[in-house]
Amino acid sequence: MSECWSRIHITVNGEDRTFHVPPMKRLLDVLREDLHLTGTKEGCGEGECGSCSVRMNGELVNSCLVPVLQAEGASIETVEGLANAGELHPLQQAFLACGGAQCGICTPGMLMAATQLLARNPHPDMAEIREGLAGNLCRCTGFKRIFESVLAAAHGPDDAANRETEQATHAR
Amino acid sequence: MRGNAEAHELIAPGSLAAVLELLACAPGEWTPIAGGTELMVAHAAGRLDAPKLVSLWGIADLRFIRTTPDRIVIGAGATFSDLRAHAGIAAELPLLARAASWIGSIANQSRATLGGNLVNGSPAADSSPALLAYDAEVELLSVRGSRRMAYADFHTGYKRNALAVDELLYAVHLPRRFGQHIQYLRKVGTRRAMAISKVALGATARVVDGVLSEIRLAAASLAPFPARLYQTEAALQCQIVTAETIEAARQALLAEARPIDDIRSTADYRSQVAANLLKEFLLQSG
Repeated sequence: MSECWSRIHITVNGEDRTFHVPPMKRLLDVLREDLHLTGTKEGCGEGECGSCSVRMNGELVNSCLVPVLQAEGASIETVEGLANAGELHPLQQAFLACGGAQCGICTPGMLMAATQLLARNPHPDMAEIREGLAGNLCRCTGFKRIFESVLAAAHGPDDAANRETEQATHAR
Repeated sequence: MRGNAEAHELIAPGSLAAVLELLACAPGEWTPIAGGTELMVAHAAGRLDAPKLVSLWGIADLRFIRTTPDRIVIGAGATFSDLRAHAGIAAELPLLARAASWIGSIANQSRATLGGNLVNGSPAADSSPALLAYDAEVELLSVRGSRRMAYADFHTGYKRNALAVDELLYAVHLPRRFGQHIQYLRKVGTRRAMAISKVALGATARVVDGVLSEIRLAAASLAPFPARLYQTEAALQCQIVTAETIEAARQALLAEARPIDDIRSTADYRSQVAANLLKEFLLQSG
């Protein structure tokens, strides 16, 4: 073990964790390799796709671009922290109900970006949802159902259906 | 080639004074890293040429936005999320708020800092045209003291700037005198989110009785660094907007622009689009 390694303390999903790693190791790799939280995915590895999105001190970040030393003392929330005592988070339930997940690679990042959006803005409209999730790419191109899932979680499924109808009417 | 975390030393002294001391004691040895949205991308690709890095993240003395009677002063460590959330910037410097909303995505804006954007020095930097159009000054700090200079003079070449080896970019000063100005900023890129601009144009001007004055034109991706378009400004100063002045200004811009062909666009396209953006701005001013 190198003498340049750092002792890092972070809180992950409410649990205190301490480990010894190279300070430039990416938060993404620490989560997956050292803490075995493999829900957070690596897509592009350069901050373009949002697959590795987690919340750090209440802000959305790409964990592939965070050297773990900069997370020292931080509170990190990952997709594993969304479900509570076996009960899926309302966003997760909405993704299931509305077909918001296809291959699944982007889903954890989408859920974390949506969590961030709803924390700031509990009742976003479709344009705000699109902006909130603009940094997250779905390689299956299933964006429409992902946006509808977030809308359903924020407003309830009936309201989401009404809004879709309204939008379709306006479009005509 | 993938970067190796163990090939880089990273320390976090935790205070501005300690970072300045480090830069003074070992000039050129340490590379500052703020939110990592540029350097960590280079690291991932195995092309981060910086064996020793010093973290600026979390230093409260760099992350601030202060309003004085005549200026808004933004610490180099303020993130683009900070800029977007600031009511004074939204009200008085709307071009800067808009530019902040263009930076990558929410996850990038929460980490990318204004100082990082400027020191990185990309010709396409999103915040630069707005800062140039607002006559920004930069404040540079070292153990020797602080100095201020026009942001328009900060970039000295492609990815080169006026910082001495022991200096940090400390803050950006923006004068509060653009309330009566016509303001314009437009970026042209491939898609709205995440895209690096092909070209961007920022502008401010006073229009009194139809006559343009105090005009500032600034572009991204028309030169090796974000820059004012001084000759085009001169072609418009004290002019009334007519079809003739618009055409003269377009020609001045086409003569002054020094764009390149690269993976995102061509030099010719960049020049033509910038000239069209200029026309759009002038039509709004007339």
